[in-house]
Amino acid sequence: MWRVGTVVALHDETATARTITLKVSDWTGHLAGQHVDVRLTASDGYSAVRSYSIASAPNSETRIELTVERLRDGEVSPYLTQELAVGDRLELRGPIGGWFVWRTQQTEPIQLVAGGSGIVPLMAMIRSRVSACSAASFRLLYSVREPGAVLYRDELEALSDHDHSVSVTYAYTRVAPKDWPRPPGRIDAALIANTTWPSNLAPTCYVCGPTSFVETATGLLSASGNSSDKIRTERFGPTGDRQ
Amino acid sequence: MSSHTYDYLDGNAAAGELSKIFAMDVTAAKGQCAHCGATKRFAEAHLYMLGPGVVARCAVCEHVLLRLVNVRQRVFLDVRGMTYLSLDAAQLEASSDLDA
Repeated sequence: MWRVGTVVALHDETATARTITLKVSDWTGHLAGQHVDVRLTASDGYSAVRSYSIASAPNSETRIELTVERLRDGEVSPYLTQELAVGDRLELRGPIGGWFVWRTQQTEPIQLVAGGSGIVPLMAMIRSRVSACSAASFRLLYSVREPGAVLYRDELEALSDHDHSVSVTYAYTRVAPKDWPRPPGRIDAALIANTTWPSNLAPTCYVCGPTSFVETATGLLSASGNSSDKIRTERFGPTGDRQ
Repeated sequence: MSSHTYDYLDGNAAAGELSKIFAMDVTAAKGQCAHCGATKRFAEAHLYMLGPGVVARCAVCEHVLLRLVNVRQRVFLDVRGMTYLSLDAAQLEASSDLDA
């Protein structure tokens, strides 16, 4: 069940996040929102497995992109973001998960809520919407530490300002750009009320981020009238480390 | 166990390990908690992975639903915390069509 992927490209998204493009010759395709498990094995036989969301849209190619955020005390992410080179091979298991997915047949409004690198599987959904020419209405609420930590900024800007494929709201938690209308802080009820789909439109909500962020966001979405069975979540854990 | 410690993930995170055992994806499967009777998607379960194995707990009452432990060359799966697990065969066929 473990496949081998060969690194064909590396792209730095921010100072701490890197997108790894892998060619996986026996890849059978994936759905937006799914993840893979990556296994690294040291020369002494010790191995570590971590889950990483697929950032690329489903397509007919045998290439996938993973965006990995480097964690200070991480065991796997420093290697993947700093040492991995084009031509290296990685062991992969997946695609995994059939619940936290957006399918192109879905036509209802979609509310995406990202905390930090929780944007990654949601970006696959946005890219999937674009590549499938879907008419589903997408909104993204993206909570991020500071402007420099925003992943896929240019692509999101193009999709929101020019294509109107997705309406994006940034919520900065530590440092906001100059003259930003909202002071830095965590997401709150007012932000949910002003920037997400009204619950009477019955949007399907996808929330991804560190566990505490997901708890907060899910609570706010529920409090604003969204039914819990319309809210799908993916948690990273307390530190944002994908276990 | 308090659900405010934020030391858990969700059922999604166990899907790779469970794929060793189940041919079908279990994250979209519905399982009934044997303790409180809540029926939820397995993806919604609270997952604890910091011990020697994987423990999934009910998102409503925190009762243990599933335990999965690897010991040397054996895999132990305990699912007595679930009355049943129901899988949507049609959706799984649809997803494999999309995958193709």
